[in-house]
Amino acid sequence: MIAELFSASVLIGIASSGVRLATPYLYAALGETLGQRSGVLNLGVEGQMLMGAYAGFYVTFVTGNPWLGLLAATAVGLLMGFAMAVISIRFQAEQGISGIGIYLFGLGMSELLFQTTLGTVETVRGFPAISIPLLEQSPSALVRAIDTIFLSHNILVYVAFALVPLLAFLLNKTTLGLRIRAVGQNPQAADTLGVSVERVRYFTVTLGGMLAGIAGASLSIGLLNVFQQNMTAGQGFIAVALVYFGGWRPFGVLAGALIFSLVNALQVWVQVLGIPIPSDVAVMMPYVLTILALVVAVQRVQQPAALSKVFERGEQ
Amino acid sequence: MQQTKRPGLQWGVILDALTPVVAALAALLVGAVMLMLLGANPVQAYLALVQGAFGSFNSLADTAVKATPLLFVALGICIAFRGGVINIGGEGQLVAGAVTATALALALPNLSGWVMIPLCMVVGFLSGAVWGGIAGVLKAYFNVNEILSTLMLNQIAVQSMNFLLRGPMLDPDQFDSASRIPQTARLPVFYDLPRWVPTRLHLGALIAVILAVLVYIFLWRTTIGYRIRAVGYNREASRYAGINVEAYMVLSLALSGAFAGLGGAVQVLGLNHRMFTDGSATGFTGSAGFNGIVAALFGQLHPIGSIPASFFFGALLVGANKLQRVMQVPAALITALNGLVVVFVVSSEIWRRRRARQRQLAQMEQAEAPKPPEVPTPVEVSHDR
Repeated sequence: MIAELFSASVLIGIASSGVRLATPYLYAALGETLGQRSGVLNLGVEGQMLMGAYAGFYVTFVTGNPWLGLLAATAVGLLMGFAMAVISIRFQAEQGISGIGIYLFGLGMSELLFQTTLGTVETVRGFPAISIPLLEQSPSALVRAIDTIFLSHNILVYVAFALVPLLAFLLNKTTLGLRIRAVGQNPQAADTLGVSVERVRYFTVTLGGMLAGIAGASLSIGLLNVFQQNMTAGQGFIAVALVYFGGWRPFGVLAGALIFSLVNALQVWVQVLGIPIPSDVAVMMPYVLTILALVVAVQRVQQPAALSKVFERGEQ
Repeated sequence: MQQTKRPGLQWGVILDALTPVVAALAALLVGAVMLMLLGANPVQAYLALVQGAFGSFNSLADTAVKATPLLFVALGICIAFRGGVINIGGEGQLVAGAVTATALALALPNLSGWVMIPLCMVVGFLSGAVWGGIAGVLKAYFNVNEILSTLMLNQIAVQSMNFLLRGPMLDPDQFDSASRIPQTARLPVFYDLPRWVPTRLHLGALIAVILAVLVYIFLWRTTIGYRIRAVGYNREASRYAGINVEAYMVLSLALSGAFAGLGGAVQVLGLNHRMFTDGSATGFTGSAGFNGIVAALFGQLHPIGSIPASFFFGALLVGANKLQRVMQVPAALITALNGLVVVFVVSSEIWRRRRARQRQLAQMEQAEAPKPPEVPTPVEVSHDR
């Protein structure tokens, strides 16, 4: 049975689902990267994802149009992100805790809405996979494999991967990115130079929430096409860990998300093939891996100096 | 040495104590709006909630039962937060304590309850300590953010629990039935914690309250407790004063986990008498690991304050069931409401900090104001030698 795992078709299958499963991690973790680079730790990602997942699903369920669902998820994520921004910037709340509040709110609220508006688990037609017929019927097995692994997914998957270089560019090559990094590294200095610390943080945290909302939608109307209570099952928290794992760099986050989703995909296939590894132990592996990775990664890179610290003018 | 009592100070203390209460009320107000949007009369709903939680002797007992794990977790949170570390791992630590206590009780089914009940509690306490301590070691010696490690450890604990309950610890009766509900066998009856018979109230509630007093004494009246708080207050100053900061961070997280672990063990011995899982932590813990944080915050991170705070949130949880039965409002509302309470309470801290700063400024002004006449007396300097 172990040998089956290494057959070409299975390996291609694992790689393909790995790419697909990386999507929610990517959206959520890239959004979180923006926030953390500006000095705000948003632990509420999980709650924001759940709300996005619900909103995206419900609107798609009612209208039949996943684009409208995506719009709703974006709007709800934006609102949740703005709420986190107000709490941590205007009210200067302890970020490790207020994020848990946002999480609990999203967890309860999405279940509440699910039970009052849907009641039972329904399915929708989410974003369809975009296939390229020319490649699919290619005589070359290699081209077909590449097609299955990278080019057989829905639009949300592609956008997630496109966001990686986009955000890297934004952070490293633009004035806005410089401001974001400055505000996260030394807010006092940035403030002295006339950068509005608050405005930058409002922008990053709100945008981060929006991406978390889309991350939720990528599950409920992209990958699974269902909504259930607590359907994210900790993925939002993993996304936060991935930011540390990736050293606060978009490409690092991409690497982390791919490792994570590949392990997940592998574990799903192990179960499908009936290989007698207890599934619970397999599911546990990514978390153990994350802790080990954190131990290694943290020694290597410094976190943004002002991360989770409240900024107040005139204070050191 | 002529300390005059300023009236403003007293008011400040009262305002400080009231701030989280006002914040919670504000959250409940938002909850009322949510209830209206759900088409329920908020006054009726809150009345049902209060009645469900306090309406009869039985419901009061249920509230205390629900409050018990919250208080255990909250005590641990008080220690961790006072020690300057954040413990989000209550869920995993509850599970760790509960699983090991259950395993021990099932492995040794023929001992006296007098031996076994305390032993199970000690084992629960220790496994919680290990689970929290791992995060402590990672934080102190490997610089790994404890928020992340405790969250990861939650997931690891849950998956370990699922593995054990579906396999090695599965109830033998479930082997025969096709359903295979993932739960252990019931523990021997003589391992049950004493119970106030008509109700479900068990000795665990009393133990938690006694421990709250002990934690208070520990934190404020012992050297170790003082050092924990010192490290939490100012890490660098503590290091300068010769405190082994790393060791105390590990200790804070280990103790924090220990109380949650004990809470898990008590939950098994007092209420469930077996372990079960629905695949996530919530099935067993009922999110007590998170709600305990809420309770501790609400109790001002003070062990004694955590007692009424836990009772309050226990009441919300019990009342929520009534709310669901009577008014068809899903109990998930209370989870959302708890989230709002957290957000409002931590946001309201800003006013407390502002008052504290004003007080400090006032004190500094006062200290400076009467000084000028005292300045031209440099004789005092030579007093010492």
